[in-house]
Amino acid sequence: MKIFELLDMYNVKPEELNAFTSRREAFAKLGSFGKKIALAAIPVTIASSASTKAFARTMEPLDVLNFALTLEYLEAEFYTKGLAKAGLIPDGKDRAIFEQIEKHEVDHVEFLIAGITASGGTPVEKPMFDFTAEKNFDPFGDYNQFLALAQAFEDTGVRAYKGQAANLMESNELLTAALQIHSVEARHASEVRRLRGLKGWITQDERGEGMPEATQAVYNGEDNLTQGGVDVTTVSSVGADGVTESFDEPLTKEEVLTIAGLFICTEE
Amino acid sequence: MSKTNQLNEVTNPVPQHKGSRRSFLKAGGATIAATGILASGCKEFFDMIPDKPIPAPPAPPVHLGEGDIGVLNYAYTLEQLEAAFYTKVVEMPYSGISSEEEMILEDLRKHEVAHRDFLKAALGKDAIRKLTFDFSSVDFTSRDSVLGTAKTFEDLGVAAYNGAGQLLVSADFLLIAGKIVSVEGRHAAAIRSIFDEDPKSFAGDDVIDENGLDRAFTPQKVLDTASPFIVNKIIANQLPTS
Repeated sequence: MKIFELLDMYNVKPEELNAFTSRREAFAKLGSFGKKIALAAIPVTIASSASTKAFARTMEPLDVLNFALTLEYLEAEFYTKGLAKAGLIPDGKDRAIFEQIEKHEVDHVEFLIAGITASGGTPVEKPMFDFTAEKNFDPFGDYNQFLALAQAFEDTGVRAYKGQAANLMESNELLTAALQIHSVEARHASEVRRLRGLKGWITQDERGEGMPEATQAVYNGEDNLTQGGVDVTTVSSVGADGVTESFDEPLTKEEVLTIAGLFICTEE
Repeated sequence: MSKTNQLNEVTNPVPQHKGSRRSFLKAGGATIAATGILASGCKEFFDMIPDKPIPAPPAPPVHLGEGDIGVLNYAYTLEQLEAAFYTKVVEMPYSGISSEEEMILEDLRKHEVAHRDFLKAALGKDAIRKLTFDFSSVDFTSRDSVLGTAKTFEDLGVAAYNGAGQLLVSADFLLIAGKIVSVEGRHAAAIRSIFDEDPKSFAGDDVIDENGLDRAFTPQKVLDTASPFIVNKIIANQLPTS
Protein backbone atom coordinates (compact mmCIF):
# COMPACT_ATOMS: atom_id res chain seq x y z
CA MET A 1 0.00 0.00 0.00
CA LYS A 2 1.56 3.27 -1.05
CA ILE A 3 -0.53 6.14 0.19
CA PHE A 4 1.72 8.84 -1.17
CA GLU A 5 1.50 7.49 -4.68
CA LEU A 6 -2.27 7.50 -4.30
CA LEU A 7 -2.23 11.07 -3.10
CA ASP A 8 -0.17 12.02 -6.13
CA MET A 9 -2.94 10.67 -8.32
CA TYR A 10 -5.16 13.56 -7.32
CA ASN A 11 -2.81 16.37 -8.13
CA VAL A 12 -4.18 18.23 -11.08
CA LYS A 13 -2.01 20.65 -13.00
CA PRO A 14 -2.93 24.32 -12.66
CA GLU A 15 -3.37 24.70 -16.41
CA GLU A 16 -6.10 22.08 -16.29
CA LEU A 17 -7.94 23.98 -13.59
CA ASN A 18 -7.82 27.13 -15.64
CA ALA A 19 -8.96 25.42 -18.79
CA PHE A 20 -12.24 27.30 -18.60
CA THR A 21 -12.35 30.99 -18.12
CA SER A 22 -16.06 31.35 -18.47
CA ARG A 23 -19.16 29.50 -17.60
CA ARG A 24 -20.41 30.04 -21.13
CA GLU A 25 -17.43 28.19 -22.53
CA ALA A 26 -17.98 25.36 -20.10
CA PHE A 27 -21.62 25.06 -21.07
CA ALA A 28 -20.66 25.09 -24.75
CA LYS A 29 -18.41 22.13 -24.14
CA LEU A 30 -21.14 20.44 -22.14
CA GLY A 31 -23.33 20.34 -25.24
CA SER A 32 -21.33 17.46 -26.62
CA PHE A 33 -22.28 15.13 -23.82
CA GLY A 34 -25.03 12.59 -23.79
CA LYS A 35 -28.62 13.24 -22.91
CA LYS A 36 -28.44 11.23 -19.73
CA ILE A 37 -25.77 13.50 -18.28
CA ALA A 38 -27.13 16.71 -19.71
CA LEU A 39 -30.36 16.14 -17.83
CA ALA A 40 -28.55 16.38 -14.54
CA ALA A 41 -27.08 19.43 -12.91
CA ILE A 42 -23.61 19.19 -14.33
CA PRO A 43 -20.66 20.66 -12.52
CA VAL A 44 -19.22 23.28 -14.80
CA THR A 45 -18.27 26.24 -12.68
CA ILE A 46 -15.39 24.85 -10.71
CA ALA A 47 -12.72 26.69 -12.66
CA SER A 48 -14.29 30.11 -12.23
CA SER A 49 -12.08 32.37 -10.20
CA ALA A 50 -14.50 34.49 -8.22
CA SER A 51 -16.05 32.99 -5.14
CA THR A 52 -18.53 34.72 -2.91
CA LYS A 53 -18.17 32.15 -0.20
CA ALA A 54 -15.30 32.13 2.25
CA PHE A 55 -13.91 28.83 3.41
CA ALA A 56 -10.66 26.98 3.85
CA ARG A 57 -10.34 24.60 0.95
CA THR A 58 -8.00 21.66 1.40
CA MET A 59 -8.39 20.15 -2.07
CA GLU A 60 -9.25 21.54 -5.49
CA PRO A 61 -12.71 20.61 -6.79
CA LEU A 62 -11.37 18.57 -9.71
CA ASP A 63 -9.17 16.63 -7.29
CA VAL A 64 -12.24 15.98 -5.15
CA LEU A 65 -14.09 14.60 -8.16
CA ASN A 66 -11.21 12.32 -9.07
CA PHE A 67 -10.92 11.19 -5.47
CA ALA A 68 -14.64 10.38 -5.49
CA LEU A 69 -14.27 8.62 -8.84
CA THR A 70 -11.62 6.32 -7.39
CA LEU A 71 -13.96 5.30 -4.58
CA GLU A 72 -16.80 4.74 -7.02
CA TYR A 73 -14.54 2.61 -9.26
CA LEU A 74 -13.74 0.50 -6.22
CA GLU A 75 -17.37 0.05 -5.20
CA ALA A 76 -18.64 -0.56 -8.74
CA GLU A 77 -16.04 -3.22 -9.49
CA PHE A 78 -16.59 -4.89 -6.13
CA TYR A 79 -20.32 -5.33 -6.74
CA THR A 80 -19.95 -6.19 -10.43
CA LYS A 81 -17.53 -8.96 -9.55
CA GLY A 82 -19.68 -10.16 -6.66
CA LEU A 83 -22.80 -10.36 -8.82
CA ALA A 84 -20.85 -12.19 -11.54
CA LYS A 85 -19.59 -14.85 -9.13
CA ALA A 86 -22.02 -17.76 -9.45
CA GLY A 87 -23.54 -18.88 -6.18
CA LEU A 88 -22.07 -16.04 -4.08
CA ILE A 89 -25.08 -13.78 -3.56
CA PRO A 90 -28.32 -15.60 -2.69
CA ASP A 91 -31.13 -15.15 -5.20
CA GLY A 92 -34.14 -13.14 -4.16
CA LYS A 93 -33.90 -10.25 -1.74
CA ASP A 94 -30.09 -10.22 -1.37
CA ARG A 95 -29.45 -10.29 -5.09
CA ALA A 96 -32.04 -7.58 -5.76
CA ILE A 97 -30.39 -5.34 -3.16
CA PHE A 98 -26.91 -5.71 -4.62
CA GLU A 99 -28.16 -5.27 -8.18
CA GLN A 100 -29.63 -1.94 -7.13
CA ILE A 101 -26.46 -0.88 -5.31
CA GLU A 102 -24.25 -1.91 -8.24
CA LYS A 103 -26.42 0.02 -10.66
CA HIS A 104 -25.96 3.20 -8.60
CA GLU A 105 -22.20 2.79 -8.25
CA VAL A 106 -21.82 2.27 -12.00
CA ASP A 107 -24.02 5.34 -12.56
CA HIS A 108 -21.81 7.34 -10.17
CA VAL A 109 -18.67 6.32 -12.10
CA GLU A 110 -20.21 7.44 -15.40
CA PHE A 111 -21.58 10.64 -13.90
CA LEU A 112 -18.24 11.63 -12.36
CA ILE A 113 -16.27 10.84 -15.52
CA ALA A 114 -18.64 13.02 -17.53
CA GLY A 115 -18.54 15.78 -14.93
CA ILE A 116 -14.75 15.82 -14.70
CA THR A 117 -14.45 15.87 -18.46
CA ALA A 118 -17.07 18.59 -18.84
CA SER A 119 -15.17 20.64 -16.29
CA GLY A 120 -11.98 20.44 -18.30
CA GLY A 121 -10.30 17.83 -16.14
CA THR A 122 -8.95 14.40 -16.89
CA PRO A 123 -10.67 11.50 -15.14
CA VAL A 124 -8.22 9.24 -13.32
CA GLU A 125 -7.76 5.77 -14.73
CA LYS A 126 -9.42 2.94 -12.89
CA PRO A 127 -6.81 1.47 -10.54
CA MET A 128 -6.14 -2.25 -10.25
CA PHE A 129 -8.06 -3.57 -7.27
CA ASP A 130 -7.20 -6.46 -5.00
CA PHE A 131 -10.31 -7.16 -2.94
CA THR A 132 -8.47 -9.82 -0.98
CA ALA A 133 -6.13 -7.11 0.36
CA GLU A 134 -3.17 -9.39 -0.20
CA LYS A 135 -5.06 -12.56 0.74
CA ASN A 136 -6.49 -11.17 3.96
CA PHE A 137 -10.06 -11.41 2.71
CA ASP A 138 -12.01 -13.79 0.49
CA PRO A 139 -15.09 -11.74 -0.43
CA PHE A 140 -15.93 -13.62 -3.61
CA GLY A 141 -15.59 -17.02 -2.00
CA ASP A 142 -17.35 -16.24 1.29
CA TYR A 143 -20.62 -14.30 1.26
CA ASN A 144 -20.21 -13.14 4.86
CA GLN A 145 -16.94 -11.51 3.91
CA PHE A 146 -18.53 -9.97 0.86
CA LEU A 147 -21.21 -8.48 3.11
CA ALA A 148 -18.64 -7.22 5.61
CA LEU A 149 -16.59 -5.46 2.94
CA ALA A 150 -19.75 -4.03 1.37
CA GLN A 151 -20.64 -2.50 4.73
CA ALA A 152 -17.11 -1.12 5.13
CA PHE A 153 -17.11 0.40 1.63
CA GLU A 154 -20.54 2.02 2.04
CA ASP A 155 -19.88 3.43 5.50
CA THR A 156 -16.53 4.74 4.20
CA GLY A 157 -18.21 6.28 1.17
CA VAL A 158 -20.61 8.23 3.38
CA ARG A 159 -17.74 9.58 5.47
CA ALA A 160 -15.58 10.36 2.42
CA TYR A 161 -18.16 12.52 0.61
CA LYS A 162 -19.03 14.29 3.86
CA GLY A 163 -15.38 15.17 4.37
CA GLN A 164 -15.17 16.82 0.94
CA ALA A 165 -18.36 18.91 0.97
CA ALA A 166 -16.58 22.10 2.03
CA ASN A 167 -14.12 21.75 -0.85
CA LEU A 168 -17.00 22.01 -3.31
CA MET A 169 -18.73 25.06 -1.83
CA GLU A 170 -17.80 27.45 -4.59
CA SER A 171 -19.94 25.53 -7.06
CA ASN A 172 -23.59 25.02 -6.21
CA GLU A 173 -23.92 22.41 -8.96
CA LEU A 174 -20.95 20.38 -7.78
CA LEU A 175 -21.83 20.57 -4.10
CA THR A 176 -25.44 19.55 -4.67
CA ALA A 177 -24.48 16.66 -6.95
CA ALA A 178 -21.99 15.41 -4.35
CA LEU A 179 -24.65 15.62 -1.64
CA GLN A 180 -27.06 13.72 -3.88
CA ILE A 181 -24.49 10.91 -4.20
CA HIS A 182 -23.69 11.10 -0.48
CA SER A 183 -27.25 10.32 0.63
CA VAL A 184 -27.45 7.40 -1.81
CA GLU A 185 -24.33 5.94 -0.20
CA ALA A 186 -26.05 6.40 3.17
CA ARG A 187 -29.13 4.50 1.96
CA HIS A 188 -26.85 1.70 0.71
CA ALA A 189 -24.94 1.62 4.00
CA SER A 190 -28.14 1.36 6.01
CA GLU A 191 -29.46 -1.48 3.88
CA VAL A 192 -26.24 -3.52 3.90
CA ARG A 193 -25.90 -3.08 7.66
CA ARG A 194 -29.49 -4.24 8.21
CA LEU A 195 -28.94 -7.18 5.87
CA ARG A 196 -26.07 -8.16 8.18
CA GLY A 197 -28.39 -7.96 11.20
CA LEU A 198 -27.10 -4.61 12.48
CA LYS A 199 -28.86 -1.29 12.93
CA GLY A 200 -28.78 0.93 9.86
CA TRP A 201 -26.89 3.57 11.86
CA ILE A 202 -23.55 3.59 13.66
CA THR A 203 -23.54 3.43 17.47
CA GLN A 204 -20.48 4.98 19.14
CA ASP A 205 -17.46 3.81 17.09
CA GLU A 206 -18.63 0.18 16.93
CA ARG A 207 -17.87 -1.60 13.67
CA GLY A 208 -20.54 -4.15 14.58
CA GLU A 209 -20.66 -7.88 15.05
CA GLY A 210 -18.78 -9.96 12.51
CA MET A 211 -16.77 -7.06 11.09
CA PRO A 212 -13.05 -7.82 10.76
CA GLU A 213 -10.73 -5.89 13.05
CA ALA A 214 -9.06 -4.45 9.94
CA THR A 215 -12.21 -2.40 9.24
CA GLN A 216 -12.10 -0.51 12.56
CA ALA A 217 -10.53 2.52 10.81
CA VAL A 218 -13.89 2.94 9.05
CA TYR A 219 -15.56 3.60 12.43
CA ASN A 220 -12.95 5.45 14.45
CA GLY A 221 -14.20 8.90 15.45
CA GLU A 222 -17.90 8.06 15.02
CA ASP A 223 -18.25 8.28 18.83
CA ASN A 224 -17.99 12.08 18.70
CA LEU A 225 -20.60 13.81 20.91
CA THR A 226 -19.66 17.44 20.17
CA GLN A 227 -21.27 19.25 17.26
CA GLY A 228 -20.48 22.89 16.56
CA GLY A 229 -18.86 23.17 19.98
CA VAL A 230 -21.93 21.77 21.74
CA ASP A 231 -21.84 18.45 23.61
CA VAL A 232 -25.25 17.32 22.41
CA THR A 233 -25.83 15.15 25.49
CA THR A 234 -25.86 18.36 27.58
CA VAL A 235 -28.70 19.95 25.59
CA SER A 236 -30.81 16.85 24.93
CA SER A 237 -32.37 14.04 26.90
CA VAL A 238 -31.04 11.62 24.30
CA GLY A 239 -28.12 9.63 25.71
CA ALA A 240 -24.63 9.22 24.30
CA ASP A 241 -25.42 6.15 22.17
CA GLY A 242 -28.36 7.88 20.51
CA VAL A 243 -26.40 11.08 19.95
CA THR A 244 -23.55 9.26 18.21
CA GLU A 245 -26.10 7.49 16.00
CA SER A 246 -27.68 10.83 15.12
CA PHE A 247 -24.58 12.37 13.54
CA ASP A 248 -22.32 10.67 10.99
CA GLU A 249 -18.73 11.89 11.07
CA PRO A 250 -16.44 12.80 8.14
CA LEU A 251 -13.11 11.29 7.16
CA THR A 252 -10.23 13.18 5.58
CA LYS A 253 -8.92 12.21 2.17
CA GLU A 254 -5.84 10.69 3.83
CA GLU A 255 -7.97 8.59 6.19
CA VAL A 256 -10.13 7.36 3.32
CA LEU A 257 -7.12 6.47 1.19
CA THR A 258 -5.61 4.54 4.08
CA ILE A 259 -8.76 2.41 4.10
CA ALA A 260 -9.30 2.19 0.34
CA GLY A 261 -5.57 1.75 -0.22
CA LEU A 262 -5.77 -1.71 1.33
CA PHE A 263 -7.62 -2.76 -1.81
CA ILE A 264 -5.72 -0.78 -4.43
CA CYS A 265 -2.64 -2.21 -6.14
CA THR A 266 -0.12 0.56 -6.71
CA GLU A 267 2.49 -1.53 -8.50
CA GLU A 268 2.50 -0.86 -12.20
CA MET B 1 -69.37 43.86 54.60
CA SER B 2 -66.37 44.87 56.68
CA LYS B 3 -63.51 47.00 55.48
CA THR B 4 -61.16 44.04 55.65
CA ASN B 5 -63.33 42.02 53.30
CA GLN B 6 -63.59 44.82 50.76
CA LEU B 7 -59.82 45.12 50.75
CA ASN B 8 -59.40 41.40 50.14
CA GLU B 9 -61.75 41.47 47.19
CA VAL B 10 -59.70 44.12 45.46
CA THR B 11 -56.18 42.94 46.19
CA ASN B 12 -56.87 39.25 45.63
CA PRO B 13 -58.23 39.35 42.10
CA VAL B 14 -58.22 35.63 41.24
CA PRO B 15 -61.76 34.39 41.82
CA GLN B 16 -61.69 31.24 43.92
CA HIS B 17 -65.29 30.15 43.32
CA LYS B 18 -68.38 31.23 41.45
CA GLY B 19 -69.82 33.02 44.45
CA SER B 20 -66.99 35.50 44.57
CA ARG B 21 -67.06 36.49 40.91
CA ARG B 22 -69.76 39.10 40.96
CA SER B 23 -68.35 40.95 43.91
CA PHE B 24 -64.92 40.77 42.31
CA LEU B 25 -66.24 42.25 39.11
CA LYS B 26 -67.90 45.08 40.95
CA ALA B 27 -64.83 45.93 42.96
CA GLY B 28 -62.17 45.39 40.33
CA GLY B 29 -63.99 46.17 37.09
CA ALA B 30 -61.74 49.03 36.12
CA THR B 31 -58.60 46.93 36.40
CA ILE B 32 -60.01 44.10 34.31
CA ALA B 33 -61.24 46.43 31.61
CA ALA B 34 -57.76 47.85 31.32
CA THR B 35 -56.32 44.43 30.44
CA GLY B 36 -58.65 44.09 27.49
CA ILE B 37 -60.31 40.95 28.74
CA LEU B 38 -63.74 42.55 28.82
CA ALA B 39 -63.47 43.39 25.17
CA SER B 40 -63.38 39.71 24.27
CA GLY B 41 -66.58 38.94 26.17
CA CYS B 42 -66.47 38.97 29.90
CA LYS B 43 -69.20 36.40 30.45
CA GLU B 44 -67.61 33.70 28.25
CA PHE B 45 -64.22 34.35 29.75
CA PHE B 46 -65.33 33.78 33.28
CA ASP B 47 -67.56 30.86 32.43
CA MET B 48 -64.63 28.83 31.23
CA ILE B 49 -62.30 29.38 34.15
CA PRO B 50 -63.43 26.69 36.53
CA ASP B 51 -65.37 24.39 34.20
CA LYS B 52 -63.56 24.06 30.85
CA PRO B 53 -60.05 23.11 29.82
CA ILE B 54 -57.83 25.94 28.71
CA PRO B 55 -57.91 26.03 24.88
CA ALA B 56 -54.71 25.41 22.90
CA PRO B 57 -52.75 28.61 22.45
CA PRO B 58 -52.88 30.12 18.98
CA ALA B 59 -50.04 29.22 16.60
CA PRO B 60 -48.50 32.49 15.46
CA PRO B 61 -46.72 32.79 12.12
CA VAL B 62 -43.00 32.06 12.23
CA HIS B 63 -40.29 33.88 10.29
CA LEU B 64 -37.32 31.61 9.57
CA GLY B 65 -35.04 34.59 9.02
CA GLU B 66 -32.26 35.10 6.51
CA GLY B 67 -28.80 33.75 5.70
CA ASP B 68 -27.40 30.71 7.45
CA ILE B 69 -29.66 31.35 10.46
CA GLY B 70 -32.68 31.09 8.20
CA VAL B 71 -31.44 27.83 6.67
CA LEU B 72 -30.78 26.36 10.11
CA ASN B 73 -34.24 27.44 11.27
CA TYR B 74 -35.63 25.70 8.20
CA ALA B 75 -33.81 22.53 9.27
CA TYR B 76 -35.03 23.08 12.84
CA THR B 77 -38.60 23.26 11.50
CA LEU B 78 -38.26 19.86 9.85
CA GLU B 79 -36.55 18.29 12.85
CA GLN B 80 -39.30 19.59 15.15
CA LEU B 81 -41.85 18.02 12.82
CA GLU B 82 -40.11 14.64 12.71
CA ALA B 83 -39.41 14.59 16.46
CA ALA B 84 -43.06 15.38 17.27
CA PHE B 85 -44.25 12.71 14.86
CA TYR B 86 -42.07 9.87 16.19
CA THR B 87 -42.75 10.89 19.79
CA LYS B 88 -46.43 10.34 19.10
CA VAL B 89 -45.76 7.09 17.21
CA VAL B 90 -43.78 5.69 20.13
CA GLU B 91 -46.35 6.85 22.69
CA MET B 92 -49.12 4.91 20.98
CA PRO B 93 -47.65 2.08 18.87
CA TYR B 94 -49.92 0.81 16.09
CA SER B 95 -51.50 -2.57 16.58
CA GLY B 96 -49.42 -5.52 15.44
CA ILE B 97 -46.13 -3.61 15.60
CA SER B 98 -43.14 -5.98 15.46
CA SER B 99 -40.25 -5.72 17.88
CA GLU B 100 -37.96 -4.74 15.00
CA GLU B 101 -40.32 -1.97 13.94
CA GLU B 102 -40.64 -0.78 17.52
CA MET B 103 -36.85 -0.60 17.84
CA ILE B 104 -36.42 1.29 14.58
CA LEU B 105 -39.15 3.81 15.38
CA GLU B 106 -37.76 4.41 18.89
CA ASP B 107 -34.29 4.97 17.38
CA LEU B 108 -35.72 7.41 14.85
CA ARG B 109 -37.48 9.28 17.66
CA LYS B 110 -34.21 9.59 19.56
CA HIS B 111 -32.26 10.75 16.52
CA GLU B 112 -34.79 13.39 15.51
CA VAL B 113 -35.04 14.64 19.09
CA ALA B 114 -31.24 14.90 19.20
CA HIS B 115 -31.23 16.83 15.89
CA ARG B 116 -33.99 19.12 17.14
CA ASP B 117 -32.36 19.79 20.51
CA PHE B 118 -28.97 20.37 18.93
CA LEU B 119 -30.32 22.87 16.39
CA LYS B 120 -32.24 24.74 19.09
CA ALA B 121 -29.04 25.02 21.15
CA ALA B 122 -26.95 25.99 18.14
CA LEU B 123 -29.41 28.70 17.10
CA GLY B 124 -29.74 30.06 20.62
CA LYS B 125 -31.69 33.31 20.67
CA ASP B 126 -32.18 33.09 16.89
CA ALA B 127 -34.14 29.84 17.14
CA ILE B 128 -37.76 29.94 16.02
CA ARG B 129 -40.43 29.09 18.58
CA LYS B 130 -41.71 25.61 19.39
CA LEU B 131 -44.10 24.84 16.55
CA THR B 132 -47.59 23.38 16.77
CA PHE B 133 -48.34 20.33 14.63
CA ASP B 134 -51.48 18.80 13.20
CA PHE B 135 -51.24 15.06 12.69
CA SER B 136 -54.98 14.59 12.24
CA SER B 137 -54.37 13.13 8.76
CA VAL B 138 -52.33 10.30 10.32
CA ASP B 139 -54.07 7.25 11.76
CA PHE B 140 -51.65 6.32 14.53
CA THR B 141 -53.36 2.95 15.01
CA SER B 142 -52.57 1.97 11.41
CA ARG B 143 -49.19 0.55 10.37
CA ASP B 144 -49.70 1.71 6.79
CA SER B 145 -50.52 5.25 7.84
CA VAL B 146 -47.62 5.56 10.30
CA LEU B 147 -44.94 3.97 8.11
CA GLY B 148 -46.24 5.73 5.00
CA THR B 149 -45.95 9.07 6.79
CA ALA B 150 -42.49 8.16 8.11
CA LYS B 151 -41.37 7.32 4.58
CA THR B 152 -42.62 10.69 3.34
CA PHE B 153 -40.87 12.56 6.15
CA GLU B 154 -37.53 10.77 5.80
CA ASP B 155 -37.35 11.07 2.02
CA LEU B 156 -38.37 14.71 2.38
CA GLY B 157 -35.69 15.32 4.99
CA VAL B 158 -33.02 13.90 2.69
CA ALA B 159 -34.17 16.02 -0.25
CA ALA B 160 -34.41 19.10 1.98
CA TYR B 161 -30.86 18.88 3.32
CA ASN B 162 -29.51 17.98 -0.14
CA GLY B 163 -31.12 21.11 -1.53
CA ALA B 164 -30.14 23.33 1.40
CA GLY B 165 -26.40 22.59 1.37
CA GLN B 166 -25.73 25.11 -1.39
CA LEU B 167 -27.67 27.80 0.51
CA LEU B 168 -25.21 27.77 3.41
CA VAL B 169 -22.23 30.13 3.58
CA SER B 170 -20.47 28.61 6.58
CA ALA B 171 -18.41 25.47 5.90
CA ASP B 172 -18.94 24.48 9.53
CA PHE B 173 -22.72 24.53 9.14
CA LEU B 174 -22.43 22.65 5.84
CA LEU B 175 -20.47 19.90 7.58
CA ILE B 176 -23.07 19.64 10.35
CA ALA B 177 -25.87 19.48 7.78
CA GLY B 178 -23.89 16.71 6.08
CA LYS B 179 -23.61 14.81 9.36
CA ILE B 180 -27.39 14.94 9.75
CA VAL B 181 -28.50 14.24 6.18
CA SER B 182 -26.74 10.89 5.92
CA VAL B 183 -28.55 9.77 9.07
CA GLU B 184 -31.81 10.83 7.44
CA GLY B 185 -30.76 8.76 4.41
CA ARG B 186 -30.13 5.76 6.67
CA HIS B 187 -33.59 6.25 8.18
CA ALA B 188 -35.28 6.54 4.79
CA ALA B 189 -33.70 3.28 3.65
CA ALA B 190 -34.71 1.44 6.84
CA ILE B 191 -38.32 2.64 6.74
CA ARG B 192 -38.64 1.77 3.05
CA SER B 193 -37.06 -1.61 3.72
CA ILE B 194 -39.59 -2.59 6.39
CA PHE B 195 -42.58 -0.94 4.68
CA ASP B 196 -42.26 -1.63 0.95
CA GLU B 197 -42.48 -5.02 -0.73
CA ASP B 198 -39.87 -4.24 -3.39
CA PRO B 199 -36.43 -5.22 -2.03
CA LYS B 200 -34.89 -2.39 -4.10
CA SER B 201 -37.06 0.26 -2.47
CA PHE B 202 -34.42 1.29 0.13
CA ALA B 203 -32.91 3.34 -2.70
CA GLY B 204 -35.74 2.95 -5.16
CA ASP B 205 -36.00 4.30 -8.68
CA ASP B 206 -38.79 6.59 -7.44
CA VAL B 207 -36.22 8.65 -5.50
CA ILE B 208 -32.85 7.89 -7.17
CA ASP B 209 -32.46 9.12 -10.74
CA GLU B 210 -30.67 7.58 -13.73
CA ASN B 211 -27.38 9.20 -12.70
CA GLY B 212 -27.61 7.53 -9.31
CA LEU B 213 -28.50 10.83 -7.59
CA ASP B 214 -30.92 11.25 -4.69
CA ARG B 215 -33.43 14.10 -4.73
CA ALA B 216 -32.64 17.73 -3.84
CA PHE B 217 -35.58 20.06 -3.15
CA THR B 218 -35.89 23.80 -2.65
CA PRO B 219 -37.18 24.99 0.74
CA GLN B 220 -40.41 26.10 -0.95
CA LYS B 221 -41.11 22.64 -2.32
CA VAL B 222 -40.28 21.01 1.00
CA LEU B 223 -42.42 23.42 3.01
CA ASP B 224 -45.34 22.96 0.62
CA THR B 225 -45.24 19.24 1.42
CA ALA B 226 -44.75 19.75 5.15
CA SER B 227 -47.23 22.60 5.64
CA PRO B 228 -50.36 20.43 6.06
CA PHE B 229 -48.72 19.10 9.23
CA ILE B 230 -47.63 22.48 10.60
CA VAL B 231 -50.26 24.73 12.21
CA ASN B 232 -48.02 27.80 12.27
CA LYS B 233 -47.57 29.62 9.00
CA ILE B 234 -43.88 29.30 8.10
CA ILE B 235 -42.55 32.42 6.39
CA ALA B 236 -39.48 31.47 4.37
CA ASN B 237 -39.27 34.40 1.96
CA GLN B 238 -35.98 35.66 3.36
CA LEU B 239 -34.11 32.41 2.88
CA PRO B 240 -31.16 32.56 0.47
CA THR B 241 -31.91 31.21 -3.00
CA SER B 242 -28.39 30.16 -3.95
